[in-house]
Amino acid sequence: MKTGLILTIMLLTSSCGASADQGTAGSASDEREVAAIYEGYPKADSLLAGIPVYPKFDDIAPLLALNNDTTYIVNFWATWCKPCVKELPYFVELGKKYASQPVRILLISLDFPAQLQSRLVPFVEEREIKPLVAVLLDGKYNDWIDRVSPEWSGAIPATLFYRGKDRHFVGEAVHSLEELEQELNTIYQP
Amino acid sequence: MKHLMTALLLGLLLTACGNATEAGKEQAANTETTEATETKPEAKTVSQRAEGIAVGEQAPDFELKNVDGKTYSLAGIKDANGLAPKGYVVIFTCNTCPFAVASEQRIIDLHNKYAPQGYPVVAIQPNDPAIQPGDSFEAMQERAEEMDYPFVYLFDEGQEVYPVYGATKTPEVFLLDADRYVKYHGAIDDSVRDPEGVEEKYLENAINALMKNETPHPPVTKAVGCGIKA
Repeated sequence: MKTGLILTIMLLTSSCGASADQGTAGSASDEREVAAIYEGYPKADSLLAGIPVYPKFDDIAPLLALNNDTTYIVNFWATWCKPCVKELPYFVELGKKYASQPVRILLISLDFPAQLQSRLVPFVEEREIKPLVAVLLDGKYNDWIDRVSPEWSGAIPATLFYRGKDRHFVGEAVHSLEELEQELNTIYQP
Repeated sequence: MKHLMTALLLGLLLTACGNATEAGKEQAANTETTEATETKPEAKTVSQRAEGIAVGEQAPDFELKNVDGKTYSLAGIKDANGLAPKGYVVIFTCNTCPFAVASEQRIIDLHNKYAPQGYPVVAIQPNDPAIQPGDSFEAMQERAEEMDYPFVYLFDEGQEVYPVYGATKTPEVFLLDADRYVKYHGAIDDSVRDPEGVEEKYLENAINALMKNETPHPPVTKAVGCGIKA
């Protein structure tokens, strides 16, 4: 009887210990992933498979107003937008080409909230572009489109290139790596 | 709801939103190919520069084919009482864009509410089916029948109407008065993606203003949408 009780207690305490360890390990690695990729970026309310999710435009507004010598390429896209998906590889290629230069690429997904898990996560994981991607959930487009650029009609894809106060907005898809690089070169030449 | 899910699924499968590819660069390789492959017609980019009609200007009339096979013009369209409309709710929309799909029921509701009051919805599908097969005339007819569209769903065949209006995406609204002057231009409401999140009904407010002989405010709004496929 006593043995049984002792055994039970041991079992209970050991299993409690095990699950606690697993829980801590999971969240710690998530946080490490964020720290490495998004250094200096606004802290996101939540992560979805390591992808920062920003509920409101105000949460990412700082990303469009960083004041340093880096050139930021901020692309607005969605997985269901065919021309967006078609031009995405050019951004990824450009990122690799300019990896040692002060250029940062940010792919801001406007995917529907209900489709993040089913569409966005698999898409991002399959293409291994997670470090470049963030989600903006803010559906009050009229309130923030102009803050990206007054020239923006609201059609996607659209890309904002900026470096300090210099801004260059492209309200349509780019059709080649060369074209994308030309747009970048209006703000930054290596 | 089921329809919406099917539509969303359809929209996802037939994914294509945003602007199309540019003609010039691809023109390099010319016609002397012996391959039996189908060549897609050259696509042109939708200009993002300011053009089209501004609020306060007069919109052109047109003659476009409806899903019932007949041709319609603004001059010929009647309101729900068979009378000449007091205004026209011109909405550029399509089958395939997820934002248009999400707005579909709202467009139907708008027509049902305002057509009896003199403001019918006039839906125009502006995409080129050669680039966006899901927006073919047949697909338009199927959708109109499936959802029992109470409004005309016109095909901008040849894509000559939308550039004159200056529409750049779907869905996009031009509210006209009886003489075709643009009174409001932009989004249906402030929550294109999600009907549950609507707080500001821009278009309804604009129509209500017209009914009181007042000026819509704001007269222009913006929303994210899929670029028109040209």
